[in-house]
Amino acid sequence: MIELAGLRKEFAGTVALDGIDLSVPAGQIHGIVGRSGAGKSTLIRCLTGLERPSSGSAVIDGIDITAQRGAALRRARRSIGMVFQHANLLDSLTAAGNVAHPLKVAGVGRAERRRRAAELLDLVGLGDRADNHPAQLSGGQQQRVGIARALAAQPRILLCDEPTSALDSATTAQILSLIASLRESLGITVLIITHEMSVVREACDAVTLLADGRVASTGSLRRVLGEPGTALARDLLPLPEGREDSAAEVRASGRASVQVALAGTSVPELFALAETAGAPIAGVEAGTLETIDGLQVGRLRLLTDDAQALSGALRAAGIHVEEAA
Amino acid sequence: MNHPMWLDNPAITAELLPALGQTLLMTAFAALISVLLGLPLGIWLWATARGCLAPRPAVHRALSALVDLGRSIPFIILMIALIPFTRFMVGTALGWQAAVVPLSVGAIPFFARLVEAALRDVPHGKVEAVQMMGAANGQIIRQVMVPEALPGLISGATVTAVTLVSYTAMAGAVGGGGLGALAISYGYQRYQSDVMIACIALLVLVVVAIQFAGDRLARLADHRR
Repeated sequence: MIELAGLRKEFAGTVALDGIDLSVPAGQIHGIVGRSGAGKSTLIRCLTGLERPSSGSAVIDGIDITAQRGAALRRARRSIGMVFQHANLLDSLTAAGNVAHPLKVAGVGRAERRRRAAELLDLVGLGDRADNHPAQLSGGQQQRVGIARALAAQPRILLCDEPTSALDSATTAQILSLIASLRESLGITVLIITHEMSVVREACDAVTLLADGRVASTGSLRRVLGEPGTALARDLLPLPEGREDSAAEVRASGRASVQVALAGTSVPELFALAETAGAPIAGVEAGTLETIDGLQVGRLRLLTDDAQALSGALRAAGIHVEEAA
Repeated sequence: MNHPMWLDNPAITAELLPALGQTLLMTAFAALISVLLGLPLGIWLWATARGCLAPRPAVHRALSALVDLGRSIPFIILMIALIPFTRFMVGTALGWQAAVVPLSVGAIPFFARLVEAALRDVPHGKVEAVQMMGAANGQIIRQVMVPEALPGLISGATVTAVTLVSYTAMAGAVGGGGLGALAISYGYQRYQSDVMIACIALLVLVVVAIQFAGDRLARLADHRR
């Protein structure tokens, strides 16, 4: 479990982190999102002791990592597994050698290292690539070796810094399902830093949005998406790519459009509501729908002849109307 | 051309091989000493730089100035200036054994800079990945920096050895022996162009052989392909 309290970091006058309070319970997969410069990287570097915060604490499994120095810091780091954007494997070692490296650092014997490395490579589905050097592996395979390496010292916490940003979408899906299955089998707590909302949607139980070094919003995925008015919810579930600005097209066609965000209301219910209010929905111009944690959420751009009446009726029924034109 | 030429010339038949041997010995010993002392010096230079493993800007500046001082003194002057030191180390200032001292002193800072550059080429993310395993600085240098930079280190040692071959010719001019001395005393001072040509050909061969071996080794050590 991870417990951040008042974490603050200043670099020569600029504030990168401005008092972060955050709690990630054991076994949770928690996403940290935000634009570049929001403080994501600084946050993860403070959590690993690679950067020393100006004030505040970062307690990981009962140990305040920010208070550790020297040998104690090195010991504390062994309970944290870290996955990087670029796997950062050593080219001079084979896949098995890379996976076994944390054990070598910790002074584990050769036979035990070899056994653990084989086991972990099997776990990430690369049992047959043990003797390959990183240059002989694809980006996704390298990242899987990186994850196996992060798990070698049996950490309770896995920190992932943009783990899929350098990968294509199919490989991203593989890596995310691997992380999810590791949580199931090992009960590990995972913190994923990412700028990809799709990663949060697919892999995370909870999410925190950082903006200007502060927590702008945080909560379980279900809770965040259940408040469709927030900027985070909007970022997490946008209209399909290329359809954000389609309202103008609709206006040009003589129709009006109403954009709504759904959380818990089904589409048939929506149509029935509009019908009853006498402002029927003529069609759906663009939309995205997903069921997350049992909650039906989505964002739709509806076509209608009377935007005023439709948005009024939907608002009255407690549905979040984002745009009416 | 009133002297016996080529295989009739005793300067070639009797002196060429021993001179080659002296050049090889000078180069080999000086290269060995430069690598043994230049490697730790280069690692120290790298590690003390700002934002690096053990940032000590003042130490880094001092080392850097020392290394640049060593590299900026022309070799021929360094050699003469070091004569008392050479006498103290090997008991004489003449012969190939004595030449090894100024050759090493001149090559150590040269190789140290190449070491620093090779280490700087290792992506910092790899260092951080191993720091996250709880590795101490000594482990990082032994287990990450040296193996990851090995192709660059081998190339640097090769360049140093080739440079040393040309320095041995200068060492020859002040009593160090070797192919350079032979070329100067016969080829230049006695106008025996056959000796000059033979010496140059052998020097070229030595350089080509060192470069070939170095490239081979560097490729073997490189797993980035």
